[in-house]
Amino acid sequence: MTRHRGRGIASVNYPIGMNLGGDPSQALVHSNPSGKFTVALSSIDLGQGMKSVTRQICAETLGVPVEDVYVDTADSDTGPHCMGSFASRGTHRVGNAVMAAAREARGVMMEAAAEELEVSAADLETDGRGNIHVKGAPHRSISTKDVAIAAQFKQGKTISGRGIFLVPLSNVDPETGEMSPATCYAHACLVAEVEVDDETGEVTMIRMDSAYELGRALNPRLVEQQLVGGAWMGVSHALYETPEPYYPDPVHGPRDFVEYIMPGPGDICPHDIAVLERPAPDGPFGAKGPGEMCANPVLPAVANAIFNAVGVRIDDLPITPEKVLRAIKAEGGARPQARR
Amino acid sequence: MAKTALQFRHNGSDVAIFVDGGTNLLVALRELIGDMTPKFGCGQGGCGTCSVLIDGELHLSCLTLAETVAGRSVETLDSLKQGPNLHPLQRAFAENFAAQCGYCTPGMLMAAKALLDRNPSPSRAEIVEAISGNICRCTGYEPIINAILAASGGRVSA
Ligand code: FES
Ligand code: FES
Repeated sequence: MTRHRGRGIASVNYPIGMNLGGDPSQALVHSNPSGKFTVALSSIDLGQGMKSVTRQICAETLGVPVEDVYVDTADSDTGPHCMGSFASRGTHRVGNAVMAAAREARGVMMEAAAEELEVSAADLETDGRGNIHVKGAPHRSISTKDVAIAAQFKQGKTISGRGIFLVPLSNVDPETGEMSPATCYAHACLVAEVEVDDETGEVTMIRMDSAYELGRALNPRLVEQQLVGGAWMGVSHALYETPEPYYPDPVHGPRDFVEYIMPGPGDICPHDIAVLERPAPDGPFGAKGPGEMCANPVLPAVANAIFNAVGVRIDDLPITPEKVLRAIKAEGGARPQARR
Repeated sequence: MAKTALQFRHNGSDVAIFVDGGTNLLVALRELIGDMTPKFGCGQGGCGTCSVLIDGELHLSCLTLAETVAGRSVETLDSLKQGPNLHPLQRAFAENFAAQCGYCTPGMLMAAKALLDRNPSPSRAEIVEAISGNICRCTGYEPIINAILAASGGRVSA
């Protein structure tokens, strides 16, 4: 028995949002009598951090502290329509919708503040700490809370805003196939190092090194968290998970977590990540999105690393020990490739 | 079916319930006691999110017959709360971004507590071993391992 090391590389050019567009998301922002703001979304935060990021986007656009914004998600009874949390579209599509809604609400807030301070709204600015003041005269100021109270109880105004973001559906030219699949792309490159046991067919992850270009990282710690976790979802798809192990024959499918295999804490390996920020012109504050794309480069990188290690090309996922072993047998033994 | 009276300590308080024969501890805790902190993931011992401590030892509540805890002490994630203050493990999980969807978190925290209670300064390998019965879909485990290291005063890897 020999354990062979191999290294594989893959890169991704990842279109943000639904292919060809046509996938709207909406947001509503309103102020409460407490001076706090609510963002109503039907978009779902599955743990990827959309609630935190939309909160930051709303606070930044309104010019208020992030603590003053509450985001209400995942309810189509109370939130406006969203196409969904997929295709790395949350930050880009929902973020843009929140930004538009917050901009409209900010307009009303500044008008209401102008009325209270008896100046023109164009002369006002927010300090990001919960106050609105006359440009160049910070002492002529009013808190956003007092503005919210005055707007509602005195002026009879609603400080609110509506936002939608839609990349219009691109038509495909039937003659040439010409189309516009996406308006912005994230990029990634990942190197995977594996060890393949030529007696058992088992593949062990040794290390990963990656670089991700995802527009501006609005919340760097959340981005890192998504990249760390997402890479392991990629490993899981590459090596373990499948609902149809003997596709198309449905018998002997997995029934539980003992048969539907996912990596455990003992399977992980070091992963060095570099994040490159190239702000997208049409992203909220330049953000694209790391969500789904971070799992993608792992699969081809691992498949390439296995080829590099034992010289077998497996194009059917997941790359189980059984498949590796059968392929090695068919080749008459492991054939390690030149080390890259 | 005849019900059995069952008394045990639940997070430091005495509780008494009536259970059907065959009721598992997870169902007893969630449906009869109303403690929703242990989660149902698989109901058959494969995921670890239902983990609780019985007399200080880590157990899968979905595989434990409720009647077997008679007279014993059961601690769930709910026992970690201290008013508005976070338990050091909870704080470490938050600071190290060790939860995303959060579904595995109750089990991870209880497995971590069981470990730190018997071994206050575990090695990384001991932490991996301690949470090896728990599956996480989201985090890739690294942040969870780091959080437990941080809570035990250990050095967190980059
Ligand atoms: S619910 Fe008990 S181990 Fe999954
Ligand atoms: S945080 Fe989602 S399963 Fe662990």
